[in-house]
Amino acid sequence: MSPRPSYFKVFLTFARNSLVRDMTFRANFVIDTLASISWMAMNLGFYALIFEYTPSIGADTGWGKYEFFLFLATGLLVNSIVQTLFMTNADEFSELIRTGSLDFALLKPIDTQFLVSLQRIEWSSLGNLVFGLVLLGYALAKVEYVPGLVQVVLYPIYVACGVAILYALMIAMAASSVWLGRNQTLYDFWFYITNFSRYPREIYRGRFGDPLRWFFTFIIPVLVVINVPARLLVRSLHPQTPEDWLLPLFTLLAAAASLWASRWVFNRSLVSYRSASS
Amino acid sequence: MRNRLTTWGTILRISIEERLVYRGDFALGTLMRFLPIVTQIFLWGAVFAALGAAKGAPSRIAGYSCNDFIAYYLLTMISRAFSSMPGLASGIARDIRSGTVKKYLIQPIDMLGFLLLYRIAHKLVYYVVAAVPFALVFFLCRGFFHGWPDAATLLAFLASLILSFLLGFFLEATIGMVGFWFLEVSSLLFVYMLFNFFFSGHMFPIDMLPGVWGTLVKLIPLQYLAYFPAAVFLGKVSGADLVWGLAIQLGWVVLFVIASRVTFHVGVRRYSGFGG
Repeated sequence: MSPRPSYFKVFLTFARNSLVRDMTFRANFVIDTLASISWMAMNLGFYALIFEYTPSIGADTGWGKYEFFLFLATGLLVNSIVQTLFMTNADEFSELIRTGSLDFALLKPIDTQFLVSLQRIEWSSLGNLVFGLVLLGYALAKVEYVPGLVQVVLYPIYVACGVAILYALMIAMAASSVWLGRNQTLYDFWFYITNFSRYPREIYRGRFGDPLRWFFTFIIPVLVVINVPARLLVRSLHPQTPEDWLLPLFTLLAAAASLWASRWVFNRSLVSYRSASS
Repeated sequence: MRNRLTTWGTILRISIEERLVYRGDFALGTLMRFLPIVTQIFLWGAVFAALGAAKGAPSRIAGYSCNDFIAYYLLTMISRAFSSMPGLASGIARDIRSGTVKKYLIQPIDMLGFLLLYRIAHKLVYYVVAAVPFALVFFLCRGFFHGWPDAATLLAFLASLILSFLLGFFLEATIGMVGFWFLEVSSLLFVYMLFNFFFSGHMFPIDMLPGVWGTLVKLIPLQYLAYFPAAVFLGKVSGADLVWGLAIQLGWVVLFVIASRVTFHVGVRRYSGFGG
């Protein structure tokens, strides 16, 4: 027996178990998938409606209708990956802390953060991933611009960075329930904070907008999660400014720093964890 | 009659006391709920900036200026504070499924009446606690409004808010009663919430919807849950339209009062409870 468990194999087992579970309640799975897709379709309808009235979001930002659809598609990809892999787990993590069941996770001979973060894969959220890919293809066809090799290579990397940042934020927030006792408002907080990432960062302008943009770029970097990969695909519309170069570099740094910080918060929370009875 | 009033008074009092237990959490949660408005302000600011740049003059979208949009969103927060009924339909369905509904059948308490009083108590406490954050946000955002509307409009606004509360209650209660047939109403509720979110005017003023969509959405009762009171306050609906609007809203309320009564009555006949 090797001293180090094969993380990839364990992950595959988690994925298979979750799939088996989901397929046991097939009707529920189909309804969940349809529900989240129809939600996104309605959202898309709302933005299509906005573009009935305006040529672009923000003057001279390059976010025309199909460019913005690229933005939305990127958001869908990032968020659906986060939801598929981590959302349920983060929520359950708070519950594990509250009920004291975290004891069982701590006893397993595998990294606790890995175990807690990936135990359950939410397969039904992959519907949104497909929806996002279709939207991406459609919008790319409409903008009549073929991304170059560099963009094609960098895009998935930056989507992964976005996923990493959101994951770090989520697991850190879930871990904080060690100190807060009960963390019922996790989903609320999550919604309110990621709400800022849902639009192009160019819209945050002016007396209040500039500090807000700065805060959500450099302190809690949710504004680079979707903006940077989406910008990659529509960059050609714009002359390149230094910011266009610096922001992607910063995003790599932010992703690494977020993961590190989440690891730190996670370990701190384990130290403070005092089981519950048992 | 006197006995009944005492019962109602007691229900109201215990519900208020129950609600006051979590007041701190509550006030904070209310303030948080305004955060999405911040992104809306910037989003519409950007949309109008693009419009201004394109046509050279500040323009309107479906009759709304940029400030009107923000004022509209803030006002729908108020209508939603009246019309939203978190947990009502799912709670009724859960009571039916788990058999708790039996307590209303054997005790001399009317289920819908009890739930209504319970809801009123919760809402009353909510308004008292939420008044401070609401007042703060509206004071900070006063620049988006064109001052106070006249007294008649304010009265109509208040009336439409109370009606929207009743409509929200009886509409969701009716959905909950479907639980007598389906047991699980969560998918149905999701569909309702989806339509409610987009077509009540919570997401955008429904005047924006073009052609047949606009007509269709104005025919269904959802607009009275968020759009209508806000439109009344902003003076979008006035004169005979206003009177008609309120009358139609009242009509929907009466319809759903009857619908919830009938579904409850018929549902109870189907229902069978076992054990204790």
